[in-house]
Amino acid sequence: MPGLHEFLILAAILFCLSITGIFLNRKNLIILLMCIELMLLSVNMNFIAFSYFNADIVGQVFVFFILTVAAAESAIGLAIVVVLFRNKNTINVNDLDTLKG
Amino acid sequence: MITFTFYLVALILIFAAISVITVKNPIHAALFLVLAFFSSAAIWLLLQAEFLAITLVLVYVGAVMVLFLFVLMMLDINVAPLREGFVRHFPIAVFVGGVIFVEMIFVLGAWHQAVPPETMTNVPNIELLGEVLYTQYVYPFEIAAVILLVAMIAAMALTMRPHTRAKYQKPEQQVNVRREDCVRLVKMQAETKD
Repeated sequence: MPGLHEFLILAAILFCLSITGIFLNRKNLIILLMCIELMLLSVNMNFIAFSYFNADIVGQVFVFFILTVAAAESAIGLAIVVVLFRNKNTINVNDLDTLKG
Repeated sequence: MITFTFYLVALILIFAAISVITVKNPIHAALFLVLAFFSSAAIWLLLQAEFLAITLVLVYVGAVMVLFLFVLMMLDINVAPLREGFVRHFPIAVFVGGVIFVEMIFVLGAWHQAVPPETMTNVPNIELLGEVLYTQYVYPFEIAAVILLVAMIAAMALTMRPHTRAKYQKPEQQVNVRREDCVRLVKMQAETKD
Protein backbone atom coordinates (compact mmCIF):
# COMPACT_ATOMS: atom_id res chain seq x y z
CA MET A 1 0.00 0.00 0.00
CA PRO A 2 1.43 3.43 -0.93
CA GLY A 3 2.00 5.76 1.99
CA LEU A 4 0.46 9.10 2.74
CA HIS A 5 3.20 10.92 0.83
CA GLU A 6 2.30 9.32 -2.47
CA PHE A 7 -1.32 10.39 -2.21
CA LEU A 8 -0.39 13.90 -1.16
CA ILE A 9 2.09 14.21 -4.03
CA LEU A 10 -0.54 12.99 -6.47
CA ALA A 11 -2.97 15.62 -5.15
CA ALA A 12 -0.25 18.28 -5.38
CA ILE A 13 0.44 17.35 -9.00
CA LEU A 14 -3.27 17.60 -9.78
CA PHE A 15 -3.54 20.96 -8.06
CA CYS A 16 -0.55 22.40 -9.91
CA LEU A 17 -1.85 21.06 -13.21
CA SER A 18 -5.15 22.80 -12.65
CA ILE A 19 -3.40 26.08 -11.76
CA THR A 20 -1.39 25.73 -14.98
CA GLY A 21 -4.64 25.08 -16.79
CA ILE A 22 -6.16 28.28 -15.45
CA PHE A 23 -3.17 30.21 -16.78
CA LEU A 24 -3.24 28.47 -20.14
CA ASN A 25 -6.95 28.66 -20.86
CA ARG A 26 -7.70 31.98 -19.28
CA LYS A 27 -9.99 33.02 -22.14
CA ASN A 28 -12.33 30.05 -22.15
CA LEU A 29 -14.76 30.30 -19.27
CA ILE A 30 -15.88 26.67 -19.46
CA ILE A 31 -12.34 25.26 -19.30
CA LEU A 32 -11.76 27.57 -16.32
CA LEU A 33 -14.74 25.97 -14.57
CA MET A 34 -13.34 22.53 -15.38
CA CYS A 35 -9.97 23.51 -13.89
CA ILE A 36 -11.71 24.62 -10.71
CA GLU A 37 -13.45 21.25 -10.54
CA LEU A 38 -10.08 19.54 -10.93
CA MET A 39 -8.66 21.70 -8.15
CA LEU A 40 -11.48 20.76 -5.78
CA LEU A 41 -10.90 17.12 -6.71
CA SER A 42 -7.26 17.33 -5.64
CA VAL A 43 -8.25 18.95 -2.34
CA ASN A 44 -10.78 16.18 -1.80
CA MET A 45 -8.08 13.61 -2.42
CA ASN A 46 -5.97 15.19 0.31
CA PHE A 47 -8.90 15.05 2.71
CA ILE A 48 -9.60 11.40 1.97
CA ALA A 49 -5.94 10.42 2.25
CA PHE A 50 -5.67 12.09 5.66
CA SER A 51 -8.97 10.54 6.70
CA TYR A 52 -7.66 7.08 5.84
CA PHE A 53 -4.21 7.42 7.38
CA ASN A 54 -5.52 9.02 10.57
CA ALA A 55 -8.46 6.58 10.75
CA ASP A 56 -10.83 9.50 11.20
CA ILE A 57 -14.11 9.58 9.30
CA VAL A 58 -14.62 13.34 9.67
CA GLY A 59 -12.39 14.03 6.66
CA GLN A 60 -14.84 12.15 4.50
CA VAL A 61 -17.73 14.16 5.94
CA PHE A 62 -15.93 17.30 4.87
CA VAL A 63 -15.39 15.89 1.37
CA PHE A 64 -19.12 15.24 1.25
CA PHE A 65 -19.83 18.91 1.88
CA ILE A 66 -17.18 20.03 -0.60
CA LEU A 67 -18.80 17.84 -3.25
CA THR A 68 -22.17 19.44 -2.50
CA VAL A 69 -20.87 22.98 -2.73
CA ALA A 70 -18.83 22.19 -5.85
CA ALA A 71 -21.87 20.75 -7.60
CA ALA A 72 -23.91 23.85 -6.71
CA GLU A 73 -21.09 26.10 -7.85
CA SER A 74 -20.70 24.43 -11.23
CA ALA A 75 -24.47 24.45 -11.82
CA ILE A 76 -24.72 28.18 -11.13
CA GLY A 77 -21.51 28.88 -13.05
CA LEU A 78 -22.82 27.09 -16.11
CA ALA A 79 -26.13 28.93 -15.81
CA ILE A 80 -24.23 32.22 -15.77
CA VAL A 81 -22.23 31.11 -18.82
CA VAL A 82 -25.46 30.29 -20.66
CA VAL A 83 -26.98 33.69 -19.82
CA LEU A 84 -23.74 35.40 -20.81
CA PHE A 85 -23.64 33.63 -24.13
CA ARG A 86 -27.26 34.51 -24.80
CA ASN A 87 -26.67 38.19 -24.14
CA LYS A 88 -23.20 38.77 -25.57
CA ASN A 89 -22.80 35.81 -27.93
CA THR A 90 -19.33 35.04 -26.59
CA ILE A 91 -17.67 33.45 -23.58
CA ASN A 92 -14.30 35.03 -24.20
CA VAL A 93 -13.12 36.50 -20.91
CA ASN A 94 -11.60 39.47 -22.76
CA ASP A 95 -15.00 40.57 -24.03
CA LEU A 96 -16.56 40.59 -20.59
CA ASP A 97 -15.53 44.11 -19.66
CA THR A 98 -18.93 45.70 -19.16
CA LEU A 99 -18.16 46.62 -15.57
CA LYS A 100 -14.94 48.41 -16.61
CA GLY A 101 -13.12 46.97 -13.64
CA MET B 1 -0.99 -5.36 -6.19
CA ILE B 2 -2.52 -2.31 -4.53
CA THR B 3 0.70 -0.38 -5.17
CA PHE B 4 0.65 -1.31 -8.84
CA THR B 5 -3.01 -0.32 -9.12
CA PHE B 6 -2.31 2.98 -7.40
CA TYR B 7 0.52 3.94 -9.73
CA LEU B 8 -1.36 2.85 -12.84
CA VAL B 9 -4.48 4.81 -11.89
CA ALA B 10 -2.40 7.80 -10.79
CA LEU B 11 -0.66 7.87 -14.17
CA ILE B 12 -4.00 7.73 -15.96
CA LEU B 13 -5.27 10.52 -13.70
CA ILE B 14 -2.29 12.78 -14.42
CA PHE B 15 -2.54 12.06 -18.13
CA ALA B 16 -6.24 12.94 -18.07
CA ALA B 17 -5.58 16.15 -16.14
CA ILE B 18 -2.87 17.22 -18.61
CA SER B 19 -5.23 16.48 -21.47
CA VAL B 20 -8.02 18.54 -19.86
CA ILE B 21 -5.85 21.63 -19.82
CA THR B 22 -4.21 21.20 -23.22
CA VAL B 23 -6.69 19.75 -25.74
CA LYS B 24 -8.19 22.12 -28.29
CA ASN B 25 -11.77 20.97 -28.26
CA PRO B 26 -13.68 21.75 -25.03
CA ILE B 27 -15.81 18.63 -25.50
CA HIS B 28 -12.68 16.48 -25.47
CA ALA B 29 -11.61 18.35 -22.33
CA ALA B 30 -14.93 17.49 -20.69
CA LEU B 31 -14.53 13.83 -21.65
CA PHE B 32 -11.00 13.76 -20.25
CA LEU B 33 -12.34 15.33 -17.07
CA VAL B 34 -14.75 12.40 -16.86
CA LEU B 35 -11.73 10.09 -17.09
CA ALA B 36 -10.01 12.09 -14.33
CA PHE B 37 -13.04 11.82 -12.06
CA PHE B 38 -13.32 8.12 -12.74
CA SER B 39 -9.64 7.47 -11.95
CA SER B 40 -9.81 9.45 -8.74
CA ALA B 41 -12.89 7.48 -7.75
CA ALA B 42 -10.70 4.37 -8.16
CA ILE B 43 -8.03 5.93 -5.93
CA TRP B 44 -10.65 6.81 -3.32
CA LEU B 45 -11.72 3.17 -3.40
CA LEU B 46 -8.13 2.22 -2.54
CA LEU B 47 -8.42 4.56 0.44
CA GLN B 48 -11.59 2.75 1.53
CA ALA B 49 -13.87 5.70 0.91
CA GLU B 50 -16.45 3.63 -0.96
CA PHE B 51 -19.40 5.92 -0.47
CA LEU B 52 -17.59 9.00 -1.71
CA ALA B 53 -16.13 7.13 -4.68
CA ILE B 54 -19.61 6.03 -5.73
CA THR B 55 -20.92 9.54 -5.10
CA LEU B 56 -18.16 10.97 -7.27
CA VAL B 57 -19.11 8.71 -10.14
CA LEU B 58 -22.84 9.26 -9.71
CA VAL B 59 -22.86 12.99 -9.05
CA TYR B 60 -19.90 14.18 -11.05
CA VAL B 61 -19.72 11.80 -13.99
CA GLY B 62 -23.47 11.33 -14.01
CA ALA B 63 -24.73 14.84 -13.40
CA VAL B 64 -22.14 17.60 -13.40
CA MET B 65 -20.19 16.44 -16.43
CA VAL B 66 -23.39 15.79 -18.35
CA LEU B 67 -24.35 19.36 -17.49
CA PHE B 68 -20.97 20.56 -18.79
CA LEU B 69 -21.37 18.61 -22.03
CA PHE B 70 -24.94 19.85 -22.37
CA VAL B 71 -23.88 23.48 -22.05
CA LEU B 72 -20.91 22.95 -24.37
CA MET B 73 -23.12 21.52 -27.06
CA MET B 74 -25.79 24.17 -26.55
CA LEU B 75 -23.35 27.04 -26.99
CA ASP B 76 -21.91 27.57 -30.41
CA ILE B 77 -18.37 28.44 -29.38
CA ASN B 78 -15.70 29.52 -31.77
CA VAL B 79 -12.63 27.88 -30.27
CA ALA B 80 -9.92 29.72 -32.21
CA PRO B 81 -10.06 33.14 -30.47
CA LEU B 82 -10.31 31.41 -27.11
CA ARG B 83 -7.04 29.62 -27.76
CA GLU B 84 -4.94 32.64 -28.60
CA GLY B 85 -2.27 33.36 -26.01
CA PHE B 86 -1.96 29.65 -25.24
CA VAL B 87 1.65 29.46 -26.43
CA ARG B 88 2.45 32.89 -25.03
CA HIS B 89 1.25 31.96 -21.56
CA PHE B 90 2.77 28.49 -21.60
CA PRO B 91 6.14 29.37 -19.96
CA ILE B 92 4.68 31.46 -17.16
CA ALA B 93 1.94 28.90 -16.53
CA VAL B 94 4.46 26.07 -16.23
CA PHE B 95 6.67 28.29 -14.08
CA VAL B 96 3.93 29.19 -11.59
CA GLY B 97 2.63 25.63 -11.49
CA GLY B 98 6.15 24.29 -11.01
CA VAL B 99 6.96 26.75 -8.22
CA ILE B 100 3.79 25.84 -6.35
CA PHE B 101 4.54 22.16 -6.84
CA VAL B 102 8.10 22.51 -5.53
CA GLU B 103 6.82 24.43 -2.49
CA MET B 104 4.31 21.69 -1.78
CA ILE B 105 7.00 19.02 -2.10
CA PHE B 106 9.20 20.91 0.37
CA VAL B 107 6.34 21.08 2.85
CA LEU B 108 5.70 17.38 2.31
CA GLY B 109 9.36 16.55 2.85
CA ALA B 110 9.24 18.10 6.29
CA TRP B 111 6.29 15.85 7.10
CA HIS B 112 6.86 12.55 8.80
CA GLN B 113 5.81 9.55 6.77
CA ALA B 114 2.60 8.14 8.17
CA VAL B 115 2.12 4.41 8.06
CA PRO B 116 -1.18 2.93 6.96
CA PRO B 117 -3.28 1.83 9.91
CA GLU B 118 -2.97 -1.89 10.50
CA THR B 119 -6.45 -2.73 11.62
CA MET B 120 -9.37 -1.26 9.83
CA THR B 121 -12.78 -1.73 11.32
CA ASN B 122 -15.20 -4.19 9.83
CA VAL B 123 -17.94 -1.59 9.95
CA PRO B 124 -18.88 -0.54 6.40
CA ASN B 125 -17.80 2.89 5.28
CA ILE B 126 -21.36 4.06 4.65
CA GLU B 127 -22.37 3.10 8.18
CA LEU B 128 -19.44 5.00 9.70
CA LEU B 129 -20.19 8.04 7.58
CA GLY B 130 -23.89 7.94 8.31
CA GLU B 131 -23.33 7.68 12.03
CA VAL B 132 -21.53 11.01 12.19
CA LEU B 133 -23.41 12.66 9.36
CA TYR B 134 -26.82 12.20 10.93
CA THR B 135 -25.82 12.95 14.51
CA GLN B 136 -22.85 15.25 14.88
CA TYR B 137 -23.11 16.94 11.50
CA VAL B 138 -26.84 16.96 10.97
CA TYR B 139 -27.00 20.74 10.97
CA PRO B 140 -24.32 21.22 8.26
CA PHE B 141 -26.00 18.39 6.39
CA GLU B 142 -29.27 20.32 6.26
CA ILE B 143 -27.43 23.49 5.28
CA ALA B 144 -25.91 21.51 2.40
CA ALA B 145 -29.43 20.55 1.35
CA VAL B 146 -30.46 24.22 1.44
CA ILE B 147 -27.40 25.14 -0.64
CA LEU B 148 -28.45 22.63 -3.27
CA LEU B 149 -31.98 24.01 -3.26
CA VAL B 150 -30.70 27.57 -3.63
CA ALA B 151 -28.41 26.49 -6.46
CA MET B 152 -31.29 24.79 -8.24
CA ILE B 153 -33.59 27.80 -7.96
CA ALA B 154 -30.78 30.20 -8.87
CA ALA B 155 -29.87 28.24 -11.99
CA MET B 156 -33.51 28.20 -13.09
CA ALA B 157 -34.03 31.89 -12.30
CA LEU B 158 -30.88 32.84 -14.19
CA THR B 159 -31.65 30.94 -17.35
CA MET B 160 -35.42 31.40 -17.49
CA ARG B 161 -36.49 33.67 -20.29
CA PRO B 162 -40.00 35.18 -20.07
CA HIS B 163 -42.10 34.43 -23.13
CA THR B 164 -42.60 37.61 -25.08
CA ARG B 165 -45.56 36.33 -27.06
CA ALA B 166 -47.38 34.70 -24.18
CA LYS B 167 -50.73 36.15 -23.14
CA TYR B 168 -51.00 37.32 -19.57
CA GLN B 169 -53.96 38.35 -17.45
CA LYS B 170 -53.62 41.72 -15.82
CA PRO B 171 -55.83 41.60 -12.73
CA GLU B 172 -55.67 45.32 -11.97
CA GLN B 173 -57.04 46.15 -15.41
CA GLN B 174 -59.67 43.47 -15.12
CA VAL B 175 -60.86 44.91 -11.83
CA ASN B 176 -60.90 48.47 -13.19
CA VAL B 177 -63.22 47.69 -16.05
CA ARG B 178 -66.46 49.70 -15.81
CA ARG B 179 -69.77 48.92 -17.35
CA GLU B 180 -69.71 52.05 -19.53
CA ASP B 181 -66.48 50.96 -21.22
CA CYS B 182 -67.87 47.72 -22.42
CA VAL B 183 -71.60 48.06 -23.03
CA ARG B 184 -73.39 50.83 -24.95
CA LEU B 185 -77.16 51.01 -24.65
CA VAL B 186 -78.84 52.30 -27.77
CA LYS B 187 -82.42 53.56 -27.97
CA MET B 188 -84.04 52.95 -31.33
CA GLN B 189 -87.39 52.42 -32.87
CA ALA B 190 -88.67 48.94 -33.33
CA GLU B 191 -88.29 47.94 -36.93
CA THR B 192 -90.88 46.04 -38.86
CA LYS B 193 -90.19 43.07 -40.98
CA ASP B 194 -90.96 43.77 -44.58
